Amino acid sequence: MSLADALTAPVEGENETPISERGPAPIEVVVGFGFWLFLLSDIVIFSALFAAYAVLADRTAGGPDGLKLFNRGYVLIETGCLLASSFTCGLMALAIERRTAATTYLWAAVTFVLGAAFIGLELSEFIRMIAEGAAPTRSAFLSAFFTLVGTHGLHVTLGLCWLVVMMAQVATLDFRPVVVRRLLCFTLFWHALDIVWVGVFTIVYLGAHYV
Amino acid sequence: MSERHDTPTPAGDRAPGTDHKGSGGLQGYVAGLGFAVILTLGSFWVADTQLVWQPAIPILLAALAIGQMGVHVVFFFHISSGPADTNNFLALAFGIFVVGLIVFGSILIMANLNTNMPMSIDHLMQMQR
Repeated sequence: MSLADALTAPVEGENETPISERGPAPIEVVVGFGFWLFLLSDIVIFSALFAAYAVLADRTAGGPDGLKLFNRGYVLIETGCLLASSFTCGLMALAIERRTAATTYLWAAVTFVLGAAFIGLELSEFIRMIAEGAAPTRSAFLSAFFTLVGTHGLHVTLGLCWLVVMMAQVATLDFRPVVVRRLLCFTLFWHALDIVWVGVFTIVYLGAHYV
Repeated sequence: MSERHDTPTPAGDRAPGTDHKGSGGLQGYVAGLGFAVILTLGSFWVADTQLVWQPAIPILLAALAIGQMGVHVVFFFHISSGPADTNNFLALAFGIFVVGLIVFGSILIMANLNTNMPMSIDHLMQMQR
């Protein structure tokens, strides 16, 4: 099929009602789209923090720089935890689609443990850095680093709280439509955090050589 | 596909993350994880390797990161360029546009200020004393 055919062919199963007469989109679509817009605006916030970090990364004020502070193996483990939790979150989405509570709890628990492991690793990294005298007040580079990575960590922490709340809602309210919609928003939020982390490990940790 | 229309038929919209038929459900997530793992390990390997011309490494890292973000959007968010995704896709395009403006604009402006400011901060501090 040529591109022109693909563009003009009616979508299969689509009714012929003109778009102006179809009424509002279904609520799942409205909720999903609205949350997608929120996530994009959240990513815009992160882009401002990334820009600040990129500008300030070489302003170490005589203090330690990224090469001295960052441990790549450690970051690879953190990345693995977050990526695996994104995958198990996807498996949870599939379980929600089949409305199987037991599988949903299982993958939610795995997602929670991996996310908590990520936060634990990140916090211990922060504590080690501060103990070495590389606190946020030391230099503009470290202020930008703690703001960017800390904001991401805060998002992950809030995501973990949200996941616990959602599991309580599944337990008490079952898979009623409103709960399923919230779960969809949670999975989108969790995947978005992983996208931001790709930027963090590339620019902050792997980019430390090229400041 | 029977009849042709003069204008494209606007399809029913689809929420992000819901299309498990189009991207293959479990298979889609497994494929996404596989690509993401390869790209992540690739990034960490490229950052350390001596096999690549060294000045090319930052570009390579950027390409791998953008590729991995694309993998996440396609396999985890299930955003496609299909007609049901028009709104999601346009919002994404606008988001990328704003992110690009903020990041490259900031870097460009700050670098420009840096080179065009004749006095350093140390110099200014000395003048204040």
